[in-house]
Amino acid sequence: MLMEPVIKTAFPFVVTAVAVLIAFQMVLMIVAYTVLAERKVLGWIQGRIGPNRVGPWGVLQPFADLLKFIFKEDLVPDKSTKFIYFLAPMVALVCALMPMVVYPFGPAITSVDWSFLPYGLGEGIRTLPLTIAQIDVGVLFVLGITSVGVYGIALAGWSSNSKYSLMGGLRSSAQMISYELALGASVIGVVMLAGTLDLGGIIYAQQTSTFRWFIIPQFVGFIVFLIAAFAETNRVPFDLPEAETELVAGFHTEYSALKFALFFMAEYVNMFTVSVMCTVLFLGGWYVPGLSHIFEPGTIPYALVSHFAFIGKICAFLFFYIWVRGTLPRFRFDQLMNFGWKFLLPVALANVIVTTVVVFFLNR
Amino acid sequence: MASTALFFLFAGFAIMCAISMVYHKNPLYSAISLVGVFISLSCIYVMLAAPFIAAVQILIYAGAIMVLVVFVIMLLNLDDQGTKNRLRYLWALGGGLGVVLLVQTLFIFYAVMKAPQQASDQSVSVGKTLSIGQSMYTVYLLPVEIVGVLLLMAIIGAVILARRLSQPQLELVVDQELDRRNETELENEYRVEL
Amino acid sequence: MEPSLASYLALSGVLFTIGTVGVIFKRNALGMFMCIELMLNAVNLTFVAFSRYYGDVVGQLFVFMVMSVAAAEAAVGLGIIIAFFRNRLSIDVDDASILKN
Repeated sequence: MLMEPVIKTAFPFVVTAVAVLIAFQMVLMIVAYTVLAERKVLGWIQGRIGPNRVGPWGVLQPFADLLKFIFKEDLVPDKSTKFIYFLAPMVALVCALMPMVVYPFGPAITSVDWSFLPYGLGEGIRTLPLTIAQIDVGVLFVLGITSVGVYGIALAGWSSNSKYSLMGGLRSSAQMISYELALGASVIGVVMLAGTLDLGGIIYAQQTSTFRWFIIPQFVGFIVFLIAAFAETNRVPFDLPEAETELVAGFHTEYSALKFALFFMAEYVNMFTVSVMCTVLFLGGWYVPGLSHIFEPGTIPYALVSHFAFIGKICAFLFFYIWVRGTLPRFRFDQLMNFGWKFLLPVALANVIVTTVVVFFLNR
Repeated sequence: MASTALFFLFAGFAIMCAISMVYHKNPLYSAISLVGVFISLSCIYVMLAAPFIAAVQILIYAGAIMVLVVFVIMLLNLDDQGTKNRLRYLWALGGGLGVVLLVQTLFIFYAVMKAPQQASDQSVSVGKTLSIGQSMYTVYLLPVEIVGVLLLMAIIGAVILARRLSQPQLELVVDQELDRRNETELENEYRVEL
Repeated sequence: MEPSLASYLALSGVLFTIGTVGVIFKRNALGMFMCIELMLNAVNLTFVAFSRYYGDVVGQLFVFMVMSVAAAEAAVGLGIIIAFFRNRLSIDVDDASILKN
């Protein structure tokens, strides 16, 4: 009986911690198998089979890669600034993983009565939201954390004390901050249509709108977001700063073993983040039109099917990333900067103006 | 109880990062410490029920302004600044000003006793984006427009400051400089002959 | 039990003090710029604290203006620092003394 107040106060923290662990595990698994999927899909595009030795169809390959990274020798360049050298991959990975707390993984479950929990913990609780933190400014939070992620790359390039790393780091950071503007501007149209910055609210607005998914009225915004997302995550066709044939390996030239694994993971988690944002903003997140006729909204089967639809849409975008990598050549750096500032940003701003005018006249 | 502990945590982190920023001579360490200050201030804004300002603080200060500063440090290849002989009276001035400001800070505790101690209840909705947006575009439209013009001025100013002269303009400037130097040489020659 | 208004104002005062002392003691133009940004942030904290405790949105709106002005100042100030550096290869403010007799 002494334990009861302790359990009552600690319960919300325990629930949040368990939710964070589950989401973290899911993100890591998806990222690990994205690495494998990239190698296999690239192989198929290039007319060969990807890795298939470790486990059937290579499904144990990510674990083999992880073991390899752990056992590699950890080299630290002699003249580098040690503190910043160790800080940079941590910053990159933390800023890549933090947006995970605002993703709406599924619809809220309202059909379960929680009074079976002991100590009266479930009294009066009717809904279980499938988001870890429902904050009012979800879109701004994700954009802000992505902006802070630039530090990981810039500091990595600087602290390695090598000219390839510095050039690669500066170019990569310049590219990322240039395309952040187009990324943010393309989101404004969606936010205007939805009327809220909350990710759960945006999905709710897509449920109640006449177009169901915002990709239909905001087609230009979707294209701009997709292109800016490719540049934000340093992927082909915008991956000059880290292409192996151009700058050795760019900002992570001097990183080895586990620190390189952190950068590697950070890049794929960034891909996952922009895929989730694209899905939530333009493809309705977990919302499948017509599913509410089959299952009752708020029940567990509805939530499960919606969640798997969400994961399916994210995997479609990740496949699209890998497909583009196998298909397109890369931009030169000055072409890249010209494209970002002189074409993509004006198009995004024009989209904002047109959306403003249309929304104003529709609401009159 | 939890909010007091959180406040002391964030406040302590902010003050530690601020002192670290002033202490380090290497400008890159100062910049990283300042980013730490901004992030802890953003957490304090969330505690003050201002989520929009917190997100905008991360976006603008930590994500844009400090990235520019870090770029400048890397491009100019700045290193540790060695110590020189600073004018002695500045130590006294700086120390004195610091003490005066700290005393004023402690005076706040006395002065605020007359202010309301509990936050007013309806102020939780003040920080939401809807409320800020509504007041920004109806009551306070003029400052927003002025800030827009100010940012345009800053963009134009930055572009002009950072441009390099094109080749014909560069030749013009060099020619003018050579003419000026040749003039003074000719004058000196005349003076010697006289 | 929430921290009272005085705690937030005291934190803001301490940060402002550290920023002022930093501006006086730093010889690096970039260092002085960063200390000024710290002072601006201390003032922002004051505005947001008052906005919370009086329930008025104008405090947070003013913080938004201050942030925009700080961004504009950063752009132009860093441009000036770069132009200064191009000519004399150091950003020590003691070197900017040509107009001294």
